[in-house]
Amino acid sequence: MQTTYLEAIRQGIWEEMERDPNVFLLGQDIGVFGGAFKITAGMLEEFGERRVIDTPLAESGIVGAAIGASMFGLRAVAEMQFSDFISCAFDQVVNFAAKCRYRWGAAIPMVIRAPSGGGNRGGPFHSQNPEAWFVHVPGLKVLTPATAYDAKGLIKSAIRDNDPVIFLEHKGLYRRIKEDLPEEEYTVPIGRARVFRSGEHLSIITYGAMVYVANDAANQLAKEGISVEIVDLRTVLPIDEETILASVRKTSKAILLHEDVLTGGLGGEIAARIAERAFEYLDGPLLRIAAPDTPIPFSPPLEDAFLPKVSGVVEKARWLCRY
Amino acid sequence: MGAVGPVRATQTVRNNAVTLELDSGLALSALRYMILTREVEDRIEKKLYRQGKIVGGVYVGRGQEAIAVGAGLAAEPDDILFPCHRDLGLYFMRGVLPRQVFAQYMGRVGGLTRGKDGNMHMGDLNLKIVAIISAIGAAIPVAAGAALSLKYKGLPHATFVFFGDGATSRGDWHEGVNMAAVLKLPLVLICNNNMYAYSTPLEKQMACQNVADRGPAYGIPSEIVDGNDVFAVCQAVRRAREHACSGQGPYLIECKTFRMTGHAAHDAGLYVPKHLWEEWAKKDPIERLERLMRTRGWADQAEIDQVYKDVRNEVDEAIDWAEHSPYPDPAELLDNVYGPEG
Ligand SMILES: Cc1ncc(C[n+]2csc(CCOP(=O)(O)OP(=O)(O)O)c2C)c(N)n1
Repeated sequence: MQTTYLEAIRQGIWEEMERDPNVFLLGQDIGVFGGAFKITAGMLEEFGERRVIDTPLAESGIVGAAIGASMFGLRAVAEMQFSDFISCAFDQVVNFAAKCRYRWGAAIPMVIRAPSGGGNRGGPFHSQNPEAWFVHVPGLKVLTPATAYDAKGLIKSAIRDNDPVIFLEHKGLYRRIKEDLPEEEYTVPIGRARVFRSGEHLSIITYGAMVYVANDAANQLAKEGISVEIVDLRTVLPIDEETILASVRKTSKAILLHEDVLTGGLGGEIAARIAERAFEYLDGPLLRIAAPDTPIPFSPPLEDAFLPKVSGVVEKARWLCRY
Repeated sequence: MGAVGPVRATQTVRNNAVTLELDSGLALSALRYMILTREVEDRIEKKLYRQGKIVGGVYVGRGQEAIAVGAGLAAEPDDILFPCHRDLGLYFMRGVLPRQVFAQYMGRVGGLTRGKDGNMHMGDLNLKIVAIISAIGAAIPVAAGAALSLKYKGLPHATFVFFGDGATSRGDWHEGVNMAAVLKLPLVLICNNNMYAYSTPLEKQMACQNVADRGPAYGIPSEIVDGNDVFAVCQAVRRAREHACSGQGPYLIECKTFRMTGHAAHDAGLYVPKHLWEEWAKKDPIERLERLMRTRGWADQAEIDQVYKDVRNEVDEAIDWAEHSPYPDPAELLDNVYGPEG
């Protein structure tokens, strides 16, 4: 039976709750209601009020409490109803959780789950991709799974990890993406990218929902004889530089693709690393494809114009191939 | 009387149940910690800082020593503490040594954070003291989470979180108090209302009269206590602890006090009217305790003088030790951003 990306996350959390009695959940509307996106549906009934805690509407309070509990032996999995509202807890994440181990040796084994991403007509406050805010903060780990397999394996690794993890679940993938998952238990290591599609002529380095945009583009390009390799980062902090460099050394051309806006986005960081460590392998300029530098608009034609599209990737890939 | 070690007075308090029976032993213990706190901070602020030996800023709790020490006397060893920047006494009561504090202020490896952080931004999970979170007010939700861990595990302990009047203006304060109240967490909230937040006086901080007035808004008990009376603080915290540990949720204590310094070593506090300095000098918590001890016949002046002498000797040695503690090796820069496995 095929498992959706959403169900994969739910299964991963469920299994870790069964495995470790110190794992608990907190967030708004996650218990009785099962969460705005139903990720925690059925968990209150199974694990009880002690371990599935409906909280007041208070992001900083939720994240602060998750930190404090995780400091003293528990493993908190906090839900942000939408990743956009994590900004209300920004200080707790970047100023406290991220620095605790470095400052005074206190591990914070906490996960913040944050539904992110556009394409759902959510408008400026329910569609953002906040990874770049956090990739700039040493001490955090930031995960951006694209597949159901990785979503399950990575949420399990995140819960077992002894550092604070931001787990960005792309809302657009929740019900759209499904696949057969292994019967047996598995985890996916944090900090490792994977080659989503093998190719010869150019690499597209991407993550999250853009993996599918890249793949659709690669299918079109294949008909024109252009063979595209897709690297799915899966974890954006710490970044798996080796897998990126290996791909670029093989294809000699690279596109950096993300749904987040262009300026200050991850594409620039990856381009710099390629330029520093694989410059002599490059046969063309490094190209970034990202959303324009605007808030995420609401109306369908505007949002469609905002999100990076298959046609745009195909066009830039053709240009780069000819270069 | 040797070096001041971890507090033992909690046993005395426990044996005497909730109403604290005052005796000479407890008074002497309180006096020693208060004098030690003041001596360490005086040396840091008035000597070492001016000699250029301190790295970074200096914030002291002069005049507020009774709050940390009173609460420390009421704390059981497994209670979790979240001190604020004027609560040095708590560290000593949990067994931190003065020399570690001096090394911390000098950025040496002998400090609690090995130079990764400075001044009173220090903690030790083994002692259940959480390192100060610089963003004022941010500690309250985190302390609620620590209290949640106690309730989750069914442990009979409480979490104590300390903060100033200014902190109660932050959203985090309100989120944390409300969360703890709704979830009925064993959290003791201890405010040092010293009438100023940096240069900002109370009437510019809040429109209510007392910090304690905020308690009813969250459905939690609150009380006002004389923050310069170490035993009054201790007894209030005992009551609060009982309440919190009995499953009834948080309890707010407002300790009325006065900051007998500027905000920090660089600030002479010229914005504080002269009459306040004069009035509160008469209420100095240390002198007050000494008077009480003499009146009750718990100690004569010679015994009190001996406490000062012992503390000064200990502090002299501690400073010497700290000055010989090396600076961290720059190679440590990259350590401990992540755990060993990742
Ligand atoms: C969020 C935040 N804003 C500003 C500061 C700078 N600051 C440090 S202490 C302080 C005053 C704090 O006042 P209060 O909470 O009353 O405590 P007190 O210093 O009086 O003990 C300020 C403004 C800070 N540390 N954190």
